[in-house]
Amino acid sequence: MTIRQMLSARWSLFDIVVYVVLAFVTVITLYPFLNVLAISLNDSTDSVRGGLTIFPRQFTLNNYETIFAFSGLITGLKISVLRTVVGTLLGLIAASMLAFTISRVEFQARRFVSTFLAMTMYVSGGLIPFYILIRDLNMMGTFAVYVLPGLVSAFNVFIIRSFIDGIPFALQESAKLDGANDWTIYWRVILPLTKPALATIALFLAVGQWNAWFDTYLYNGMAHHLTTLQFELMKVLQSTQLNVDQFRGQNMNEVMRRISPESVRMAITIVVTVPILVVYPFLQRYFVQGMTLGAVKA
Amino acid sequence: MTNVTARVSTDPPKKIKQGSFFRVMAQQKYLYFMSIPFVIWAFVFSYLPLWGWTMAFQKFRPGRGFFEQEWVGFDNFRMLFEDPMFYQVLRNTLAMSVLGLIAGFTVPILFAILLNEVRQMAVKRFVQTISYLPHFVSWVVVAGIVSKMLATDGTVNDLLLSLGLIDEPIQYLAKGNLFWFIVTGAELWKEMGWNAIIYLAAIAGISPELYEAAKVDGANRIQQIWHVTLPGIRTTFIILLIMSIGHLISIGFEKQFLLGNTLVSDYSQVLDLYALNYGLSMGRFSFGTAINMFNSAISIALLLAANGIFKRMTKESIF
Repeated sequence: MTIRQMLSARWSLFDIVVYVVLAFVTVITLYPFLNVLAISLNDSTDSVRGGLTIFPRQFTLNNYETIFAFSGLITGLKISVLRTVVGTLLGLIAASMLAFTISRVEFQARRFVSTFLAMTMYVSGGLIPFYILIRDLNMMGTFAVYVLPGLVSAFNVFIIRSFIDGIPFALQESAKLDGANDWTIYWRVILPLTKPALATIALFLAVGQWNAWFDTYLYNGMAHHLTTLQFELMKVLQSTQLNVDQFRGQNMNEVMRRISPESVRMAITIVVTVPILVVYPFLQRYFVQGMTLGAVKA
Repeated sequence: MTNVTARVSTDPPKKIKQGSFFRVMAQQKYLYFMSIPFVIWAFVFSYLPLWGWTMAFQKFRPGRGFFEQEWVGFDNFRMLFEDPMFYQVLRNTLAMSVLGLIAGFTVPILFAILLNEVRQMAVKRFVQTISYLPHFVSWVVVAGIVSKMLATDGTVNDLLLSLGLIDEPIQYLAKGNLFWFIVTGAELWKEMGWNAIIYLAAIAGISPELYEAAKVDGANRIQQIWHVTLPGIRTTFIILLIMSIGHLISIGFEKQFLLGNTLVSDYSQVLDLYALNYGLSMGRFSFGTAINMFNSAISIALLLAANGIFKRMTKESIF
């Protein structure tokens, strides 16, 4: 059998079309990231010549040195990490506790709690009433505004709840016979068994927190010690000229000579993106499972 | 579950129900402790803002109590409907959401079907993993990437120039008539792989016997897709479609905010941005709230209409 015959036996025209289309999708998805990475790693005066693809022409880490001298960036990084950790933990506690209580058929307030939560998915006052509420609660310019308003998410509650429903109730019953109260059952039985669902929700929450910028823009734009990384990137991307005042403690001429707005933008883009790229392959298994679960329920 | 029914049926008769309610409540105190604080939370942040809708009927002045506000009836709505800008904004909102709806449904389905046809698991997993990637990146980053790709020295211009299709670089993001398509394209790039997950799950649920039967009947792969795969994802498709139609008008504003600029504002302004720019930023809270209310009312009407139409046409509905 010749190679050509082997190929033609295994690969129909249909297969070839499928593979070409999927290769195209892969390239279109990956190329922009690689291009941005290459620009961020390339000497900025050289980048201006254009024509960079996925490899840097004149490799340098100068762009990264420059942005880390940028006063907002370190604060932004700290606040972003903090809100991601705190927001994810609190969100998980809220969602899992609520899911546990509404999974218990004998819970008196079960119907009330679950209907009350389900309604929040459909009702929303809109941007301005929400803004007024945050202002009236004196939450403007606070860290709390990052974690409290979005604490309870009905969607997450229902995903965890459908997962708990899959756990045999007999486990809870036997724990009860052993003298466990509801809190102990939640803590010792339910939480360990719902780990896959919790991992999914944690990923959703963490990505949401890490990527949020609008709440900073709306409530904390003036509170410089509370601005996030995404917000700083947004400012840099929105301004056509970089604000040189933002670079502190550096010789201004030196800064002016070294930076091209384009390279700085691309370097910040990479800094904001990398944490996501690092965690996501590990969690992939979970979120596909979680999404499917959510889809089946919803 | 049986234990529960048993317990309910052995409950004492109705007379002492009142007493037993509090007794059960005491027994279930942990369940109450674990849910009530979060219910209060949800009340404050989800239900309380609805109270703010009263602002739409006032000439709201911050710092005044509820009863000290001046009530103006439907004046804010009249102002809204008389504003020519409103119709432009509504047009943009609908244009981008309809484009998004069409692209956002057809492409992920096509992608899921093609992916399902790949026999090599490793290839399938690789392509799928790559395709989710943009979903996890923020719109800020995506906007940065899109504007870089479309810049005069960006990849798109480089490519078109080298192919000789254009003679000089085009400033895509400065052209209003391209804005709707750029937003739709960016959204598609970001969410295609992610949205395909649901369809892949639905396809995985189709019984392999159906494919076998189709093969026996002599169906080629395209016929198998047409007669087995597509009907297999029909329910998923319709449910998602109804929900998307409900969101047709509230398409958010992140993309438009981040990708738009003053040159294209005639095409980029959507309802939420309009509320932000002409309500919040100018301190016209009542006017902005009227926009928000209009938005919600249309969403609910669209959701009910879509649900009703599909219920009649296909017997599928979400409620």
